Amino acid sequence: MILKKIFITLLFVTTLYACSKSDDINPEENQDNFDRAEMLVNWADNIIVPSYNDFNLTTVNLISFTAAFNETTTQENLEMLRTVYKEAYLSFQNVALFEIGPAETVRFYDRLNTYPTNISEIEGLIAAGATDLSLPSTNDAQGFPAIDYMLYGVGENDVEILEFYTTHPNAEKNKAFLMALVSNINGLISNVSENWTAGYRDDFVNNNGSSAAASVDKLTNDFVFYYEKHLRAGKIGIPAGIFSNNPLPNTVEALYAKDFSKALALEALNATERFFKGQSFNTSETGPSYAGYLNFLNTIKNGEDLSSIITAQFSIAKNQLNTLDTNFINQINTNNSAMLQTYDELQRNVILLKVDMMQALSINVDYVDADGD
Amino acid sequence: MNKRTEAAPLAVFRILFGLMMFLSLIRFWANGWIEQLYIEPSFHFSYYGFEWVQPLGDFTYILFLICGLSALMVAIGFKYRIAILIFFLSFTYIELLDKTTYLNHYYFISCLSFLLIFLPAHRYFSLDAKNKPDKANFYIPQWSVDAIKILLSIVYVYAGLAKLNSDWLIKAMPLKIWLPSKYDIPFLGDLLQEEWVHYAFSWGGAGYDLLIPFLLWYRKTRWIGFVLVVVFHVLTRVLFPIGMFPFIMIVSALIFFNAGFHHKILLFISKILNISKQVWDAKVKTVSAKTTQTFQLYVVVGFVIFQLLFPWRYVLYPGELFWTEEGYRFSWRVMLMEKAGYAQFKIKDGQTGTQFFVDNSDFLNSFQEKQMSFQPDFILEYAHFLGEHFSQQGHQHVEVYVESYVALNGRLSQPFIDPTVNLLEVKDNFCPKTWILPFNDKIIGL
Repeated sequence: MILKKIFITLLFVTTLYACSKSDDINPEENQDNFDRAEMLVNWADNIIVPSYNDFNLTTVNLISFTAAFNETTTQENLEMLRTVYKEAYLSFQNVALFEIGPAETVRFYDRLNTYPTNISEIEGLIAAGATDLSLPSTNDAQGFPAIDYMLYGVGENDVEILEFYTTHPNAEKNKAFLMALVSNINGLISNVSENWTAGYRDDFVNNNGSSAAASVDKLTNDFVFYYEKHLRAGKIGIPAGIFSNNPLPNTVEALYAKDFSKALALEALNATERFFKGQSFNTSETGPSYAGYLNFLNTIKNGEDLSSIITAQFSIAKNQLNTLDTNFINQINTNNSAMLQTYDELQRNVILLKVDMMQALSINVDYVDADGD
Repeated sequence: MNKRTEAAPLAVFRILFGLMMFLSLIRFWANGWIEQLYIEPSFHFSYYGFEWVQPLGDFTYILFLICGLSALMVAIGFKYRIAILIFFLSFTYIELLDKTTYLNHYYFISCLSFLLIFLPAHRYFSLDAKNKPDKANFYIPQWSVDAIKILLSIVYVYAGLAKLNSDWLIKAMPLKIWLPSKYDIPFLGDLLQEEWVHYAFSWGGAGYDLLIPFLLWYRKTRWIGFVLVVVFHVLTRVLFPIGMFPFIMIVSALIFFNAGFHHKILLFISKILNISKQVWDAKVKTVSAKTTQTFQLYVVVGFVIFQLLFPWRYVLYPGELFWTEEGYRFSWRVMLMEKAGYAQFKIKDGQTGTQFFVDNSDFLNSFQEKQMSFQPDFILEYAHFLGEHFSQQGHQHVEVYVESYVALNGRLSQPFIDPTVNLLEVKDNFCPKTWILPFNDKIIGL
């Protein structure tokens, strides 16, 4: 009799538990509830996919201008190619923060933007006539940093650079490798872009739960990781010598183009700020976002206005970044303390995003899914 | 003290405890956590005084194997005393490997298995009782069952007392952070967005913890109590990632039921195993072995006194307990706070002044980094590790500083450790940690 009671109780609760485990949630609208699903739709349709499309187009340009340069290797074509390269590199800053799904699968960021680039490895690949750049060991000999070297670094001046592709004994191989680099980038972004439209977009939007594997949790971790490691540390901190005894000016992004490192950092900072605010790609319209989510949660919590604090800190960091020299190498060599100050302002938002925002959203920073108390 | 009681409740407890532990260890293994938590990390956070407990590399698997086998032996009551001793030692060794994984639940298991070493849980319905009929007994001292009930009661009541603070009761924190994020739970998801629900859960949770032992002790309210135990723990299992613990607590609560109830469970097990319980009972009842065990009783009484006093050690420390965490662990403070931090370590040459920051991911996995960033003893231990590491690398006059921020229960993050203190000059001990910056707020309560 008593056993029966226990059995019935247990049956009841296991049913309840089993129900709760299922991932399908009803998409019915509820006004008093922030809709994470809508935020995912905004992220996917207004920000991520359009950013990928834009970047994809710039890499198509990159291919055709590389082809033109390889066919008619002139100063004029070199300059046009460089312009297109810069457009593509800038556009890349708008997608670099979305290392999720298809991008994660192909190690998108590492293959496109590992710097400083490895010159001896590049020379080896050229000599071998290699076109396959899919091995992780070639991460630091491909992507934009490698193109940067090929367009700006292979000679002391433009005359020498042109010679690298004309009179140089390996000129044909050099051209072929340049082409391999840009095709490789185009192949990666086409793949990622196609995968998003072919099905991943729906997976992403429908994975709207609250587990560690859900889209919001995963992308938030990716976003904060990107801001901390690639933007704060990679673009500013490491070159300024935060993590070493002395400044390391040779670790700036776009080392050979020289006057381009600040533009890239600004574009990246803008991209993270827009994503925080939920701003559509290329328009000023905003949709559901972290800022909106934090505001909603604050109506429950009545605490500090976190979204305003973070937004303000984005502005402060941007203003500080704007004071820097267009070429970070000059900045580091003349007045590194301005670099360090920029790092500090970026750092403030690492704490606000990683500690305060993630606590408010109740998203776990750790990727190890161990039991809790 | 000479009062005796039937042995059935303790026998059932032994069987279910052993099985639960066995399953928990299999689950731990199957999740790949042995590799992830104990083998992969190059650095482990040790408990003060237990620095000698080090991971065994691939032999860690053997340790788990031994632990699992001893749990099974406990369940069937085979060489019980040795089995439970080995279980206690191996399980506790595992827990001491890295305090990153500290959970009150694991501490509870260690406490319980320590207690079981001194209880006659193998006198009835066990292989030992079958093999040595002269040691078997239908009765055991009353205190041996009460000891488990008292330990369970301490866990619940102390967990309840810890909730009597202004953050929990007046601000409904941290549930106000945790519950809205569970919006995708069927039926409850929308409700969890409501403020009154956060308060209801906070007050209900505190009341539950404080009252449940009393409901279970008294016969008339026992069933209500048990239903509440089941509902409460299943709810926590649904809402939070707390593994096997809810099931262990539900099973443990059965100890409060009378012997007749446990005989039914044993009868059920007998049927499955095709044993004739009546024949055995008849044999065992004729034995009248001595039931007093004075030494064991003293140990158990001493242990209970320790459990009653130890959680209060925090009152000896100045400063806010949630902030400094001095005396926080091993005190049944469960799910009390949402705390997150960020700690950046600076390695400085004391003579030239050159300095650089450390990338924590070079040394810690993300779980370790997360736990380290808001617990002062972790920060200190890691700082000393960094100091040694960089000195060995050839850096001169190494000094280690930390810039750290911590957010507690939804408050805006604020500086945590004094950034001007060279942590290498600080030694860990039980004295108040003066290098923790003051908490700029007040939490009133126990």
